[in-house]
Amino acid sequence: MPALESNGALAKRDFAPWTDRTLQPLLRIEGVSKRFGAFTAVDRLSLDIYQGEFFALLGPSGCGKTTLLRLIAGFEQAGAGRIVLDGVDLAAVPPHRRPVNMMFQSYALFPHLSVAANVAFGLKQEGLPKAQIAERVADMLALVKLEDLGRRKPHELSGGQRQRVALARSLAKRPRVLLLDEPMAALDKKLRGETQFELMDLQRRLGLTFIIVTHDQSEAMTVADRIAVMDRGRLMQVAPPAEIYEQPNSRWVADFIGSVNLFEGRAGDDGTSVEGTALGRLRVATKIAAEPGAAVWVAVRPERLRVTAAAPAPDQTGLENGAAATLVDVAYLGGLTILRLRTEAGVPLQATIANTGRLADRAVSWGGKVWLSFPPEAAIVLTR
Amino acid sequence: MKRTLMKRSFMAKLVVRVPYAWLVAFFLLPFLIVLKISLSQTAIAQPPYTPVFDLAAGWHGLVSFLAGLSLDNYAFLGSDPLYVLSYLKSLEIAALSTLILLVIGYPIAYAMTRTPRKAQAISVLLVILPFWTSFLIRIYAWMNILQHDGPLNRLLLVLDLVREPPVWLSTNTAVYIGIVYSYLPFMVLPLYATLEKLDEALLEAAADLGCPRWKAFWLVTVPLSAPGVIAGVLLCFIPAVGEFVIPDLLGGSRTSMIGQTIWTEFFANKDWPTASAVAVVLVCLLVTPIVVFQHQTMRGIERD
Repeated sequence: MPALESNGALAKRDFAPWTDRTLQPLLRIEGVSKRFGAFTAVDRLSLDIYQGEFFALLGPSGCGKTTLLRLIAGFEQAGAGRIVLDGVDLAAVPPHRRPVNMMFQSYALFPHLSVAANVAFGLKQEGLPKAQIAERVADMLALVKLEDLGRRKPHELSGGQRQRVALARSLAKRPRVLLLDEPMAALDKKLRGETQFELMDLQRRLGLTFIIVTHDQSEAMTVADRIAVMDRGRLMQVAPPAEIYEQPNSRWVADFIGSVNLFEGRAGDDGTSVEGTALGRLRVATKIAAEPGAAVWVAVRPERLRVTAAAPAPDQTGLENGAAATLVDVAYLGGLTILRLRTEAGVPLQATIANTGRLADRAVSWGGKVWLSFPPEAAIVLTR
Repeated sequence: MKRTLMKRSFMAKLVVRVPYAWLVAFFLLPFLIVLKISLSQTAIAQPPYTPVFDLAAGWHGLVSFLAGLSLDNYAFLGSDPLYVLSYLKSLEIAALSTLILLVIGYPIAYAMTRTPRKAQAISVLLVILPFWTSFLIRIYAWMNILQHDGPLNRLLLVLDLVREPPVWLSTNTAVYIGIVYSYLPFMVLPLYATLEKLDEALLEAAADLGCPRWKAFWLVTVPLSAPGVIAGVLLCFIPAVGEFVIPDLLGGSRTSMIGQTIWTEFFANKDWPTASAVAVVLVCLLVTPIVVFQHQTMRGIERD
């Protein structure tokens, strides 16, 4: 069975605490389950999250990612398993005593309180002296660039400003873990992009541990050090974004993250080829982790497919994987173009090409015959 | 094209004006008539006051009509402590009843929002169920319950809570019981409507920020239910001040609320001008809280 956990080779920055066996995780989730009636939202899930990580829970809606976040915050009680933070089992700790804070999807700002009073709310509960609260509130508002809006009420703010207030409020108590539930879902696309980078920057500067729940894979890939891909209450893969994309551990993950062309076949006798696929025999670059004859799948990302006007001449490295195809549909997206193709055997395929040259220079045209190929290194072999 | 536009705008104007026409016909005109009578003098005549405006007398008639009006009745209200005491009694009974209603109604409304969705519809139905019986019949039922050998006293005796059956009828206590019982739906429904809209995430946010549940109730739930509290208080307080039936049937001769004073002046003393003056002052007293309420609602609308 392929590894669920990452080895850290494709970590984003020089930061991969999950590869260090000597480190204790900050947050340890052990065999946690949560049922709502007959529906299992979280199913015997185990996960370690380390100090300073920006961790993303990614999955389709209803996969249990928000439930997992709410279990950590204490708004739901786990039916089984343990959640341990800093060595303390949280089971007996009520939400208002947990050293974690949550930024809500709806922001949940108190409408009757000013921006400053919203940010101060958590600090007042701690019983800090007034001067200290005022100072911290000012710091937090400066952090999210809302210094001048402290006296406004939430309904007097724009959506983006409200989002910042919610962030400032959840950071004010310096939580051990900040939980972010779809924090950018209500922002428009452009603002979301900017906010993602700001959030990353903020997390690095404060050195805090963030856990973000999102259904937007580009958001997860942008901000996170590691992504946990979830489906039906279970973890499918936990790894840095590049590894999730380039080394998915299953057809489900390969298909969920980005687009993929999948070819079913049998592992060849030589260990580096797949027999009997829709494109015939395919050569792969790495040793296949399956017995010869076992069912395997070759996954090829659309941008790794090469589309040329004619079949290339066989070169020194031997025959490349390839097939003749017809161009069915073209979607021009500006930076790149998506091509929908069909092989002569009727297999539908998708390729993307980066639009680096001028439109007129491109070799392919509507309804035209083209040649598809990909190098062995582009093939990802999946055994499940 | 232009004609249909004009037609439509005429219809649109009509729709807006119907409620105004209604208010003019059934509130403003009667109020002006009462105001006019309050400026008149009693007379043993039909109608029992002077001056009476006579169109036939022309300009001269109008002048003598205006000359006949005076503020004497208002001065009289101030000079006789009976009226001032009656106003104060009404305000006192209405204010205390409203407070009791709030204390009883808030937990009921809160509990209603905490029940499962399906049960909520039934609980709302239960709150408005008493309206299916006539108000007067329900007050008569209370007269029966509260009478000397009525069900309440029998229950108290059986439970051994009292030795002698207490007197309920013709006391202020009975008036409070009647008002609180009758007005409870008017307190519970606006409170329920406000509390039901309260976002559960706000309470979670409060807990998340270190606030225990009971404290979050005071810091979040109570302030955010203020519009419902104001609506409920006004819906109970305003009609309670002018309440006539309940103090008349359940209260004693010592309970003299302003509604009874007006009734006495109007029907027993046949003093229409004084009765009208009492009524006009009452309207002025009650306009103040209504204006406050309007102000609050407008602020609420702006916020949404």
